Amino acid sequence: MSTTFTLNGQPVTLEVADDTPLLWSLRDDANLTGTKFGCGIGMCGACTVLINGRATRSCITPTKQVDGTAVTTIEGLDPEGEHPLQQAWVKTQTPQCGYCQSGQIMQAAAMLKDFPDPTDEQINQVMSGNLCRCMAYVRIREAIKLAAADMRGAGQGNEPNDGTDTTEGAAS
Amino acid sequence: MNKLFRSLLNPEHGAPAEPPKVSRRGFLIGAAAGGFTMAFFRPGLSFAQPEDAVENQTFEPTIWYHIHPDGRIVVNIAEAEMGQHVGTALARIVADELEADWSMVELHHVDSDPKWGLMVTGGSWSVWQNFDPLSRAGAAGRMALIEEGAKLMGVKASQCRARNSQVTAGNRSISYAEIVQRGKLSRTFTEEQLKEMPIKPPSERRLIGKETQALDIPAKTTGASQYGLDASVENMVYARPLIPPTRLGSSINRIDDSEAKTVDGYLKTIKLDDPSGTVPGWAVVVATSFHAANKAAQKVKVDWNPGKTANVSERDVLDHGRELIESSDKGALVVNDDGVDDAFSSADTTLEHDYITHSVLHFQLEPVNALAFEKDGQWEVHTGNQWQSLILPVLSTALDVPEKNIVMRTYMLGGGFGRRLNGDYAVPAALAAKALGRPVKLVFTREDDCRFDSIRSPAYQRVRMAFDAEGNPTGMEHHATAGWPTQVMVPSFMPEASNGVKFDPFAIQGAAHWYSVGAHRLRAISNDLANETFRPGWLRSVGSGWVNWALESFMDEAAHKVGKDPIEFRLALLKAEGKNAGSAPNSVGGASRQANVLRRVRELSNWQQSLPADTALGVATSYGQERNMPTWTACVAQVHVSRETGKVTLQKLTIVTDAGTIVHPDGARAQVEGAALWGASMALHEGTMLENGQVKDRNLNGYTPMRMRDVPAMEIEFVDSTETSVGLGEPATTVVGPAIGNAIFAAVGIRMRDIPIRSEEVLKALKA
Repeated sequence: MSTTFTLNGQPVTLEVADDTPLLWSLRDDANLTGTKFGCGIGMCGACTVLINGRATRSCITPTKQVDGTAVTTIEGLDPEGEHPLQQAWVKTQTPQCGYCQSGQIMQAAAMLKDFPDPTDEQINQVMSGNLCRCMAYVRIREAIKLAAADMRGAGQGNEPNDGTDTTEGAAS
Repeated sequence: MNKLFRSLLNPEHGAPAEPPKVSRRGFLIGAAAGGFTMAFFRPGLSFAQPEDAVENQTFEPTIWYHIHPDGRIVVNIAEAEMGQHVGTALARIVADELEADWSMVELHHVDSDPKWGLMVTGGSWSVWQNFDPLSRAGAAGRMALIEEGAKLMGVKASQCRARNSQVTAGNRSISYAEIVQRGKLSRTFTEEQLKEMPIKPPSERRLIGKETQALDIPAKTTGASQYGLDASVENMVYARPLIPPTRLGSSINRIDDSEAKTVDGYLKTIKLDDPSGTVPGWAVVVATSFHAANKAAQKVKVDWNPGKTANVSERDVLDHGRELIESSDKGALVVNDDGVDDAFSSADTTLEHDYITHSVLHFQLEPVNALAFEKDGQWEVHTGNQWQSLILPVLSTALDVPEKNIVMRTYMLGGGFGRRLNGDYAVPAALAAKALGRPVKLVFTREDDCRFDSIRSPAYQRVRMAFDAEGNPTGMEHHATAGWPTQVMVPSFMPEASNGVKFDPFAIQGAAHWYSVGAHRLRAISNDLANETFRPGWLRSVGSGWVNWALESFMDEAAHKVGKDPIEFRLALLKAEGKNAGSAPNSVGGASRQANVLRRVRELSNWQQSLPADTALGVATSYGQERNMPTWTACVAQVHVSRETGKVTLQKLTIVTDAGTIVHPDGARAQVEGAALWGASMALHEGTMLENGQVKDRNLNGYTPMRMRDVPAMEIEFVDSTETSVGLGEPATTVVGPAIGNAIFAAVGIRMRDIPIRSEEVLKALKA
């Protein structure tokens, strides 16, 4: 009934049923509502968070499973909300209704670690798991490329706060 | 307002010559706590002391903004924000005339209140409806600020000009903030004065038509934006609905929740008693968390007595539609020129084809949800909604409390697309809160949301054309049948057709085209089996989203029949004569502007280019939704068809739009991008079927909207124009499907007449 992990850099203990999807624990118990509910089966990506730096669908992740890990949500990606991806999202005026965008940004943040200079094909492969119902896809692609260029230019200083500086299992 | 609404709805009859004006309202400016309020007031009121009226809120303002002593200008927005950045566009209109410093402008999305008049956001109307009133509101504020600023500076108002929130006379200036702090702004403008208000010529505009960043966007990148799903209140519990096997007519025989009691946090299952008839046969499962409610809901056994549509299939609805079309006495003759029958009986040749569009889900990413509670006799419903004025009376009946005791709190919408025009999802939340005596947050799972969706009805259409010996059209008939959302949800809003039959304009708009084809007959028929089986919904582009599939596919077939180039064929019919000549202020130029976008898209898409094998271009055009608010749109799609798999790959879309004055250019472009991809998604990726009275696909494992990898190249252009600003949220959706269908024909010679276009059907046609 008790799960302890690092949430956006802070240690937390949540008293929720072990099988509660992380999504609902984050939203209703940790009061971080930036992570969204879309499909509940891991296929829309609106609930994407980083667990030890890896993009994960929180709607199908039991809370107990994140015990001892580092979880980053959209609220924790950058203390000022000015991560290069967030800045690029504003610059390209990407969000329409905006509901999917937390998940899109978190997915993109993980992708840029694997592919700092992603090709269109890499973007297609990784980002096609994230549905944008407003179909703002053209701008999502543009924003990712813009942020990638920005982050390559800035070096390590703009690495996302995704918990990877703490070793797995030692986060709590 | 209902009169206004009715006339807006009607494509042919009683259409207003102009967009709504402020002509029957005055304007009032007065001091309020911490600043100045600028408001419209109702006719028949006069104020000796405007500031008292403002103070006491006795003026029932319908549109207003407020200037704070620090110079911030807060513009109230009664329209729902669902991705169209509507607040930014509307505030730009006010701020331009006000000569405001844009960096000082803020938006306030208001809660429901009778003072806002009709609260509805849809049909791409927002900018078109508000452009004139907001311009005048801004100009009135500018004049008052100039006069007061002049007084404070000791100069004549005629020596002053306003710019960037400053009033300037020669080398002296005073900021709006200072005027608000020191001045005694207090004015009324009569309706006549408002009419005479010096509105700036387009060349003097400083914000309208200029690029800007939408004000709602930053919060949508940080998780800070609040959607209905994010609403919470102390002491609330969570609920998930138990949805009966049929949308109407189901009743509950028995509920067995014995297994649910093993779920930690489960509270109870409530059988809803709904005096409004919105959710017959429903129950909700209540628990202390959504997870517990969801888990318990899977363990509650309900024995339902299903309604009579429990076995209805997609085929049944479509077959019924075809039968209705074949009964010549059915339906509303929306257009019925003299001589249609003569044209066909004397025709040299005729052409007739039937077209089908299948069920479409809204699948807005935020499943519908609502938080409801009562506090001190006042009900609050927290939810994202597009048409508060439609659901408030229903909530009043459901709760048995006066409408004035219910307020709808406003949130960002996690997608609207027409789903949230129908606020039916708020009813079970309110009923559960009433039954429980405690705040209830009702959350639909994605599967619940799909089952309860107001889907776009399956539609059956038949189009005919008569030709003379030279291949010129001499007459045309278009018969369209589908479930009618307006008939089911607001029957009082249905206008009467020429034969006295009332009809749903939202189920025929887009078919009252601007082609001169001789005598034209347009018949709209309500599919009663559809209406009984599900609650038909308004879905992005409403009628034109599916009638244009038939119309523009058929125009292509007609062009090929007479051996003409599809663009040349259309251009020859866009003569801008007679009823298609257009009129001021909305449709100046008429069909000639549709011809213009068509010529421009021909050029931009390099229409005559030669392409690789099985690859070709197809064209389609539209005037959008309404003849009195035409958004001239033309599209060329480039597709490749695989002869091995039948897979259609959409390679490129070229779209030219003439929407008159563009207020927020980047926002306009975003709307066209999204709308066009919606059209492509519905044509190639979406679509579901009714099966046993409900939709077959209920989540992304079966329903597959377009993803990043499917996105074509897009080239989008707007016609540079200072004509009346019209709607942009939808028109591009309507042209993409038929452009794809027509491109498939051009590529491989098969004619697809059903949407969605499935690979297996393409393959079947290729092998036939």
